[in-house]
Amino acid sequence: MGSDYAIEADDLRRTYRARTGWLRPKRTEVEAVRGVTFTVGRGELFGLLGPNGAGKTTTIKMLNTLLIPTSGTARVCGHDVVEQTKEVRRRIGYVFGGDRGLYDRLSALDNLRYFAELYGVAPREQKRRIAELLELVGLAGRERERVEGYSRGMRQRLHIARGLLHSPDVLFLDEPSIGVDPVAARELRRTVGDLAATGTTVLLTTHYMAEADELCDRIAVIADGEIQALGTPAELRRRADGLRVVEVEAYGVPETAVDALRGLPGVRETAVEVKGALQLLTVHSDAHVDVQGDVLRELAGIRLGRVNSREPTLEDAYVAIVSTA
Amino acid sequence: MRTLRLLTVGTLLHAKQISRSPFEVAIALVVPVVQATLAVYLFRSGGEQHRLLEAAVGAGVMGVWSSVLFGSGGAIQNQRWQGTLEMIMLAPRRPALVILPITIATGVTGTYALLATLVWGRVLYGIRLDFAHPVAFVVAAVVCVIGLGMFGLLLASTFVLMRNANALANTLEYPVWLISGMLVPITVLPAWTTPIAAILPTTWGARALREATSGGPVWPSILLCLGISLVCLVIGALTLTHVERRARAAATLALA
Repeated sequence: MGSDYAIEADDLRRTYRARTGWLRPKRTEVEAVRGVTFTVGRGELFGLLGPNGAGKTTTIKMLNTLLIPTSGTARVCGHDVVEQTKEVRRRIGYVFGGDRGLYDRLSALDNLRYFAELYGVAPREQKRRIAELLELVGLAGRERERVEGYSRGMRQRLHIARGLLHSPDVLFLDEPSIGVDPVAARELRRTVGDLAATGTTVLLTTHYMAEADELCDRIAVIADGEIQALGTPAELRRRADGLRVVEVEAYGVPETAVDALRGLPGVRETAVEVKGALQLLTVHSDAHVDVQGDVLRELAGIRLGRVNSREPTLEDAYVAIVSTA
Repeated sequence: MRTLRLLTVGTLLHAKQISRSPFEVAIALVVPVVQATLAVYLFRSGGEQHRLLEAAVGAGVMGVWSSVLFGSGGAIQNQRWQGTLEMIMLAPRRPALVILPITIATGVTGTYALLATLVWGRVLYGIRLDFAHPVAFVVAAVVCVIGLGMFGLLLASTFVLMRNANALANTLEYPVWLISGMLVPITVLPAWTTPIAAILPTTWGARALREATSGGPVWPSILLCLGISLVCLVIGALTLTHVERRARAAATLALA
């Protein structure tokens, strides 16, 4: 097999260049990934976790040969992703979330037959392999229906079956649970967990903390195109050690009040999440400083709901890492 | 053998996908019939009643060309919209083997235009289907469809790179009709168009069908159509490999 690692990324960078207008063309450059370095061991389930626009999809597309890096190198199963694309493509599967990526007017069976041909699955193997995968993703019996009639969860499962047709060594999963209902998402996580248990290397991108926590052996937190933290879920959780979290439900909090909270002694981070008319204020502070009283004083005169002080979770650690990026 | 299997399965499934689009079906039903009607009236007013069958065949070839042109451009763009372009280009195959089934499928679905114009001419205008070389006509039609599919591959290489492929397709439709002599004889066009016409497979395909309809040396035209199409296939395949790499550098395989 050559390399000890399934995936090696070394100082990967990618800049998108765009030009708009003809007479007076305007050129824009966006640096989506800025020097990403990491390795993934064989059989490991590795998570790339980050907010929207952090550079997760760009990183995955450079690793699966769909994009050529602006600089840096990457290898999959020991093969260079720019120079040995065919070797890399034989060994990888790619699944992304959402409704796209399938032939809607064809049946699931036709989709799988076509991709089996494209991926060079031997004709005598195809029938057995397709039946096996339809069973695995729970679409057996529905395979002759057109994909346009499928729910998002069913499409997602078909995507996974398509990505596994040629039994890849490495599977890239780009936000597979996006828009999928909780029950389907749980099924999906079970399938991904089973794959990793059978020795397939999985690189999963997600912005769902719980998903990464439940599935991944190691997680890299990416923001602004750079890796901000890398470790096991337990190691990342320890990043929040020494923190205390106060959550306050409020209505009509002005920006000045939020700024005032940020200036309180012992406060490290403040976030506001808007849920309809309700604002959920999350205040991270040093554990040895009780900031709850100061927070409530700053919010005097504002209509408040539930107030809660608690231990930090992995999600808080993630928020702390991303907000300091 | 595996390559042939991929091309066959790919062509059939892409033809199935295209022919299930209500929009594509509506266009395929209406446009060739309108073109055939216009052609018949043009020939009638020009006092060329004896060439009405040629008019119907010419309009049919125009339909096949439109199908290939918009099919190749539209198919690539549709694949991009539905997110399948990345998925098929990610397969460990030569890019030409991935795209060729799509362009041949557009030629196959375009065959309907040829049949429709002939039936339309027979039913509405009583045009007698007296072909000078009936067998050669069938061979010419098959070669024309496959040839145009190969020409489509050359066009598709540009379409993979351009996010607005439709714009290019629109500008190519009428000039190629005219220059290839699908309806108007090449001899009435300015002399500078002759060399351009000579290297287009559409010219020889249309000529072969015309000769099979009204008489003439069909086989040399068929062979020239096939030969030029094969050259298009080779150039298209080489270009596509280069273009695929450029598309990966320029990030144009996806919409965003």
